[in-house]
Amino acid sequence: MILHPGVISLLVGSIVALSMLLYASGMGVRIISRWDINSTSSEQLSLERKTCLISTIMNYALGFYILSLFLFVYTADDLHMLFVGAMCATGSFNANPVGWKVLYLKILLFFLTSIWIAINRVDQRSEEYPLVKTKYTILLFIIPFAMFDIHLQFRYFMGLRPNIIVSCCGALFNEGGGVASGLSSLPEGPMRWVFYITVTLFLLVAGLSLVFERPILRYIHGTSSVMVFFVSIVSIISFISIHFYEIPTHHCPFDLLQGDYHYVGYAIYTTLFGGVLSGIIPAIFEIIKRDSIEDTIREAQKRYTIGSIILIIIFTLISSWPILFSGFRVS
Amino acid sequence: MDQMIRHSKILDFAIMSIFRRRLKNLSIVIVFTLLTAILSSILFFTHSFKMEAVGLLADAPELIVQRVSGGRHALIAEDYMEVIRGFYGVSDVIPRYWGYYFDRATDSNYTVMGINRAVSGLGLLRGRLPSQEGECALGSGVAEVKHLDIGKRLYLLDSRRRVRSYRVVGIFDTLSRLLTNDLILLTEDDIKELFDIPSGMATDIVVAVNNELEVPYIAGKIKTTLPDTRPIMRSEILQTYETLFGWRSGMMLSMFLSSLVAFSILAWDKATGLSAEERREIGILKAVGWETSDILELKFWEGLVISLTSFLTGTIIGYVHVFFLGAPLLSPVLKGWSVLFPSFDLIPYINPYQIITLFFLIVIPYIAVTIIPSWRAAIMDPDEVIRG
Repeated sequence: MILHPGVISLLVGSIVALSMLLYASGMGVRIISRWDINSTSSEQLSLERKTCLISTIMNYALGFYILSLFLFVYTADDLHMLFVGAMCATGSFNANPVGWKVLYLKILLFFLTSIWIAINRVDQRSEEYPLVKTKYTILLFIIPFAMFDIHLQFRYFMGLRPNIIVSCCGALFNEGGGVASGLSSLPEGPMRWVFYITVTLFLLVAGLSLVFERPILRYIHGTSSVMVFFVSIVSIISFISIHFYEIPTHHCPFDLLQGDYHYVGYAIYTTLFGGVLSGIIPAIFEIIKRDSIEDTIREAQKRYTIGSIILIIIFTLISSWPILFSGFRVS
Repeated sequence: MDQMIRHSKILDFAIMSIFRRRLKNLSIVIVFTLLTAILSSILFFTHSFKMEAVGLLADAPELIVQRVSGGRHALIAEDYMEVIRGFYGVSDVIPRYWGYYFDRATDSNYTVMGINRAVSGLGLLRGRLPSQEGECALGSGVAEVKHLDIGKRLYLLDSRRRVRSYRVVGIFDTLSRLLTNDLILLTEDDIKELFDIPSGMATDIVVAVNNELEVPYIAGKIKTTLPDTRPIMRSEILQTYETLFGWRSGMMLSMFLSSLVAFSILAWDKATGLSAEERREIGILKAVGWETSDILELKFWEGLVISLTSFLTGTIIGYVHVFFLGAPLLSPVLKGWSVLFPSFDLIPYINPYQIITLFFLIVIPYIAVTIIPSWRAAIMDPDEVIRG
């Protein structure tokens, strides 16, 4: 199954991205061990120059992981034709369940690299680079995930055998066992309540942390962002998607990305991911805060908090649109 | 806002500096464009071809039963129809009579088919379908090469080399070309005589099934009850095309991976080998107050301008090559030696997936190999550089 254009480009891209990350982390190790901002040695100067390179590399890596998430879903979607009974990306993932892990891993990598870049940005605002060591420790933490990503991706594509009969998304999200079907069988009415209550709580906490700027509120805001993420994904599968498709049995979270539904999935997932990310970042900043950059961090926290509120509101509006305004009703 | 202006100024500077070093950048742009054009042609062509095949097969029968004798397709007895008709879930069984006819005068192959209930859905006909002996309907391709029109006569040689003539009563529209280009439609009796098909035999059998989900089970049942038959499901044909084209384009792409590596080396070389003049320029920029990050941004914009220009040009060239010129450079390889299709214009089709795939294949390696050289350039010490 390796000889498919999408697969080749995913693998080429991942290998290139990993080698860039490895190069960056190699320098990261040197920076962690040798960094001394008060030193005037030429080594310190060269290390300071290298941080510049590493942040550029990481920016590219982030761009790569965002695109690769989409390309992976696209490729899985394109491959579904090869499997009897598969109707969309879900079917391709079921043909070799490793695919789900790759998907989760890619989402995780997106969040990790984005957080890294956010930290890097506040760090570069200050002349002393107070977060250098934290930053590069986190970078080293990202590497194993990137390696694992390639490994699983290989395993997924190698393990795909065309023509295996797999359950299509209709079968997966409707009946039978498994987590996914459990999610969609969550009754729509209660799930709707859970969704809107979670979003309201999130907005409340975000508003409070914006006004009072207490550390504890930041942490609650971060935690509630993570909750919003999971609740929203479950809600998309459980009831949001069916309103876009106007088919009560169609729960697929990937078809939303297709042109038949005006690519609404891009708006939904961009606002959701962006909102959640900007909700998590203030909490992370709270953990790594240093006295020397307190003002910068506070300002950044404020911006991210406002961003998370706006994005989650847009996300909720888009998701609620068909529920409120289409003639489709689930009773 | 200030930030935006700053970025746009640096972009402006980047474009100017690309133009100042036209020749050096031109070589990279040409190679980059060429590579994109080749890879995009492969993707566009296979995708469009696959779509054609899928579209073509959407109207194909769900299940066809052929008889196989000695591993080869043979005529099937019409008695088999009765057996199949008895299966639960089968709504209709239709015998088909068809074959290929090589016309020496025009050096081309036609598909000759007997009219039956299954072909009446071809549509888009000028005139009407043949209804009695001695009448025929033609695909537009056949009508063109034989210079025929409604009311004229078509002459064919039967298997005993006797001349038979048919009056043209209908011509298929060019819009349905894909299905009907090389088609000659005769009545069932006429085709049996033309090809000398013994009575009680058919070329193959089309089985209509009430519920599409039951097709595999009925196919299995036919295979066990009538072991010398070969049931072919539409979904099997579709999957085969899918695998085949995926594999072929993947094969072509991986052949070009080596040129991708060569390209990356070229890009690396170009990015590393800064001329004395460029070094001095960077030195002066830093001396007048540019930061390392500004130089990096300048290099980033340069790379972006070069790669986007070449990427878009290459994609457009690929698009023109495939959809306007009919992919003359690729079609012999990708279609395979047994050309399954009549000649037709590929329907232009482009989607974000193909663009991202191309982007991953070409732009990401390019960025990766130029990133370190640009950084090297950016950290140069102005003092050292200017003094030379």
